[in-house]
Amino acid sequence: MSTDREMIPEKDDWDLEIEPRTRLFSLDLREVWSHSYLLLMFVRRDIVSVYKQTILGPLWFFIQPLLTTVTFTIVFGNIAQISTDGMPQTIFYMAGITMWNYFSETLTATSNTFTTNANIFGKVYFPRLVMPISKVLSGLVKFGIQYLLFIAILLYFVSRGNHVNPDPLGILVVTPIVVTIMAGLGLGMGLILSSLTTKYRDLMFLITFGIQLLMYATPVIYPLSSMSPAFRWLIEANPLSWLVEAFRHVYLGAGQLSIPGLLYSLGFTTFILLVGMLVFNKVEKNFMDTV
Amino acid sequence: MGAVIRVEQLSKQYRLGLVGTGTLSHDLNRWWYRVRGKEDPYLKIGEVNDRASKGSSEYVWALKDINFDVQQGEVLGIIGRNGAGKSTLLKVMSRTTAPSIGRIRIRGRVASLLEVGTGFHPELTGKENIYLNGAILGMKKQEIDRKFDEIVDFAGVERYIDTPVKRYSSGMYVRLAFGVAAHLESEILIVDEVLAVGDVEFQKRSLGKMGEVSRSGGKTVLFVSHNMTSIGSLCNRLLVMKNGQVDFHGGVKEGLNHYINNIQSAAEGADLRELLKALPEDEYFELLDFDMVQEESDGDIFVSHLPVDMVFTYRIRKPISGLRVGFEVQEKKSELTLFSVFHDDSYDEILPWIPGVYTSRARIDANLLRESSYLVNLTVCIHNVRWILNGQVKVPMEVKNLTGLTSIYGFEKRPGFLLPPIHWENKGA
Repeated sequence: MSTDREMIPEKDDWDLEIEPRTRLFSLDLREVWSHSYLLLMFVRRDIVSVYKQTILGPLWFFIQPLLTTVTFTIVFGNIAQISTDGMPQTIFYMAGITMWNYFSETLTATSNTFTTNANIFGKVYFPRLVMPISKVLSGLVKFGIQYLLFIAILLYFVSRGNHVNPDPLGILVVTPIVVTIMAGLGLGMGLILSSLTTKYRDLMFLITFGIQLLMYATPVIYPLSSMSPAFRWLIEANPLSWLVEAFRHVYLGAGQLSIPGLLYSLGFTTFILLVGMLVFNKVEKNFMDTV
Repeated sequence: MGAVIRVEQLSKQYRLGLVGTGTLSHDLNRWWYRVRGKEDPYLKIGEVNDRASKGSSEYVWALKDINFDVQQGEVLGIIGRNGAGKSTLLKVMSRTTAPSIGRIRIRGRVASLLEVGTGFHPELTGKENIYLNGAILGMKKQEIDRKFDEIVDFAGVERYIDTPVKRYSSGMYVRLAFGVAAHLESEILIVDEVLAVGDVEFQKRSLGKMGEVSRSGGKTVLFVSHNMTSIGSLCNRLLVMKNGQVDFHGGVKEGLNHYINNIQSAAEGADLRELLKALPEDEYFELLDFDMVQEESDGDIFVSHLPVDMVFTYRIRKPISGLRVGFEVQEKKSELTLFSVFHDDSYDEILPWIPGVYTSRARIDANLLRESSYLVNLTVCIHNVRWILNGQVKVPMEVKNLTGLTSIYGFEKRPGFLLPPIHWENKGA
């Protein structure tokens, strides 16, 4: 029967303690790292399952940005005649869309982490952070494919000599920086939103709408240089603006490469990411009760 | 040997009802208390979780002050009525939700199976799903590589290993899913009623696999089930839960007795129709009524010398195949006496069912049940997929032996478990 606790001296070597509340800063990134294989499997699942039982398969990754570019060229370029910094419209929009898509998809995919994975989360424990990070990585693969498309079209424009001046050294240095900050910002905002949506579903309606609005506050369909001084500060306050502008600068030779701007984006992203991880870490333990 | 799991003052509070406009004000209030360094005001209110009586508070304790130890190598069965807190306890132990108060300390690697096939993706092949599911359950790549052949062999799906699992039969799907789970390497295994799926042969194999694991490897197992027979044959300790508290913790035999005496008093008081209405809604199936019919009988007292008809009336909401309606008759304080399910005659037959209202009638022959008190457990399942009903509805049944076969003296109860008259031939040598 019940062995007396006094009789057997217990060594205090428990491997795991399950307790009510996480301390605010108890984020365990080592645990996330130890689940890197799971991370890989989630990324694989996302990529493989998307185009199963479709005829065009991964080609769909190309079609979507192409169609968006065509639409933008017609609506914003030809009808509204918004400036493109003297660049050919196609490549100008393409650059913006390629970057923007990665951000918006990372944000959308991570922001419903809890609601779409309630089923798995309710049955098995693993560090929940693995799931949103896997979305960032599978998004990166998709971005990579669209990026190749962008490069192909860019080379076409360069060969035709359309004032497009890529800066190879700049590309090498700026691309990884810009993409990383973009991913971090999407993830950070996604984490915050996903934590809030577990309890207050109202936010889900705002997210899609908010992302659309945010695109118009980012120089995707227009260059920063075309902004009137009255609104310019607003666009400059948006950390995404500096990323898109820098991207365009190194690939097209138009747009503004601002080091203070990029530092601002980096600082902003670090802050959001930190807040996001802490909030997420706090919510993950009990979200099953409210979702 | 020592405790590998220690549960101390574990409590879990849930808020009843929907998250709505009140949520924000409670959250703000709670935050305000915390800012001032006071205790959460909502953790004080709340009552014992008793579904029958409607509580006055919005908060309820799904678990209240649970304390127990599990020793290494122990196979602990956890049993209790629906809503007794079994699942909440499992959820807290497997870290899918956190406790409100108290703690659990664990020594060793834990594998918890609250479900088989978690994260299975229908578009992925069997092989891809083995790796995905294995990773979700906490296995490393080398571990899955090493176990891969064994898993495939266990599930018997060699031929279909490169086919998307959406093309699998439900049986294959479950076998594959269980195969992955059964090959987890861990010191502690937490199992929910995942074994309640699959055909009989497979259930035996799964139970065997678990038993083998616990006896040879010194593995500690926590096993939650409604099925008293499997608890009886698998476990060496038992925890009975009631209203979120530990009602009994000790030997299996005493525990099962304690539990049977308990549910019987609970079931007799409840009105069957009310009980049926209170059942959670099922997408496919709704049990409208159940009746036990016998000539000359009123209520739930029957005579042993006449047959009893078990009549189920139910609605099929969506087309399904492989429906099994059945019942178990259990003599109080005893093992299962009688089990029956339709298609008793051809077990694996899977017929399509179209939506509509049906009745099913099963006759228990005369002179089969001896005079005693029984509980009839209504069971409904989709063959090889899941239970719709098992353990939620238990109808008391009282059988009297009035004018039928008696003992030689005519007044006493006839001894023995079975009543059927047996033909004798007597000849001189």
